[in-house]
Amino acid sequence: MIGQSPLRTVIAHAVLILGILIVAFPIYYTFVASTHTLQTILRPPLPLLPGGQLWNNYSEALFGGIGRIGGVSVGQLLLNTTIMALGVAVGKICISILSAYAIVFFRFPLRMTFFWLIFITLMLPVEVRILPTYKVMVDLGMIDTYAGLIIPLIASATATLLFRQFFMTIPGELVEAARVDGAGPWRFFFDILLPLSRTNIAALFVILFIYGWTQYLWPLLVTNSNDMNTIVIALKKMVSFADADTEWHLVMVTAMLAIVPPILVVALMQRWFVRGLVESEK
Amino acid sequence: MATVDLKDVKKVYPSGVEAVKGVSIAIPDKELCVLVGPSGCGKSTLLRMIAGLETISAGTVAIDGKVVNAIGPTERDIAMVFQNYALYPHMKVYDNMAYGLRNRGTPKDEIDSRVRSTAKVLELSALLDRRPRELSGGQRQRVAMGRAIVRNPKVFLFDEPLSNLDAKLRGQMRVEIKNLQRTLGVTSVYVTHDQLEAMTLADILVVMNAGLVEQTGAPLDVYERPASIFVASFIGAPPMNLLALTGSSSGPMLADGIAIGFAAPGTQAVTLGFRPEDADVTFNAEALPGALVLPATVEAVEPVGAESFLHCAAAGSRIIVRVSGRATAKPGDQLRVVAKAEKLHWFDQAGKRVE
Repeated sequence: MIGQSPLRTVIAHAVLILGILIVAFPIYYTFVASTHTLQTILRPPLPLLPGGQLWNNYSEALFGGIGRIGGVSVGQLLLNTTIMALGVAVGKICISILSAYAIVFFRFPLRMTFFWLIFITLMLPVEVRILPTYKVMVDLGMIDTYAGLIIPLIASATATLLFRQFFMTIPGELVEAARVDGAGPWRFFFDILLPLSRTNIAALFVILFIYGWTQYLWPLLVTNSNDMNTIVIALKKMVSFADADTEWHLVMVTAMLAIVPPILVVALMQRWFVRGLVESEK
Repeated sequence: MATVDLKDVKKVYPSGVEAVKGVSIAIPDKELCVLVGPSGCGKSTLLRMIAGLETISAGTVAIDGKVVNAIGPTERDIAMVFQNYALYPHMKVYDNMAYGLRNRGTPKDEIDSRVRSTAKVLELSALLDRRPRELSGGQRQRVAMGRAIVRNPKVFLFDEPLSNLDAKLRGQMRVEIKNLQRTLGVTSVYVTHDQLEAMTLADILVVMNAGLVEQTGAPLDVYERPASIFVASFIGAPPMNLLALTGSSSGPMLADGIAIGFAAPGTQAVTLGFRPEDADVTFNAEALPGALVLPATVEAVEPVGAESFLHCAAAGSRIIVRVSGRATAKPGDQLRVVAKAEKLHWFDQAGKRVE
């Protein structure tokens, strides 16, 4: 039925193409702007085709250092942000998979209390506890450190819940078979649970990496020096109120570069998603 | 290789539910003991207590003469085959079989030779590189068996291993399990709710009901001399015909006033039973001394091939009679069901056998 008549095909494609244009055009325009000189950008209208400054602009941003943010290069910013996003994603996965493992597979006193405590923290956004957290970080001397950027964001109730739901679908007989086969708690975790959770971990990694990459409020508070900034913060700092002060061509370059790592993560991990879905294991 | 001794084993769950209410079974070396009973009778719980997957509330479980109450499943040296096979989905057949050996620190080349020889016995050699999801139900079942055999344990535990297979495969695997168990000579405990499986596999048959053992014995002994109404109706398909008795001055009578014509053993008997194959039908009206004769109306005929089952209404109950070959009776026919006196079973008020 669907897609049989040529007219329907045309309409379907038209809608899709329109949608893609709406989403992609601003990104394309940013790219175009990142290949022109500052003078061209400041003198409207901005051309619709890329200019000849691609190499100059990108090398200046990546290796030269940008004046408005204290001469720190975009390379350093990318490194900072990558460390933070990776730290947050990996840390959240490690902590939440372990806590879910404890809650689902072990019987200990106050098990449900712990579960509900974790569950309740779902209702507390970072912003609510940001002042006490900041105070703790100051007292621990973690301002302007990677640890200070990562650790306060490292626990995740959502991920714990997701792993808990997944673990609860693992048949009890499988757990018992492993026990009879002589697998202790750690063996069971590494040999059976972890391999079975691969697709869940991949999915969570993508979500959490992007979550870490786009963090704004916390990095803004916990980093003072320019060379510890994340790229999102630096981008904000680079834009001045007075148009003439802003190096728009470098802002555009930074924006383009900020998009690349999340896209890479999604593109690479997507293959895992699909494989996980196709091979759905029971 | 090992005996299994259960002494007054009880299981009480924290909720207060008493799943097993004191069971004692002694399984000699190399024998296959089948626990059979309806769902919820405690047979799986009992098996899991032998395995060490459930704690034992009271009593003792001894394997090879050693009480194992306090030690875990790994140290008990048992292997278990689960109903849903419980194969590790992400491991190849080879690794599924090797996993238990690896965890015990068996040398690599020994693991390899044991896995390969076990695979050969079970005709799994060509499948060693497959994953469980690429196997059929019967093949998965074999891998689950292989995983148990390769470990060379003291005791095999089977938890309804055939109930996920289709009828034909179940028949094949049943024979195979029996042969394997006999060749390997490993003491085994097998849980099932299928009385046919129980009858054909068991060296010792244990019929359980409501957390208690109803009867223990060789399968045919249990079949021929059921200790209670429960066993009589649970073992055998179709089940034993049971008729209620009312006492009178002239001796026991059936519900609708048919005199039995001979004395019942003892006076307590309130139920009379006979197996469908121990009865016959006749259209004649001759006197048959020393036999129970019931006028009956045929309600349905089930031809199975080699035999037919006649469902009849007699003495206020429905009874089933097995006749060999094609049945000549048709639904609606009036006939007489005849059962020899020595083939009758008698049960008292409490449902226990009366001799």
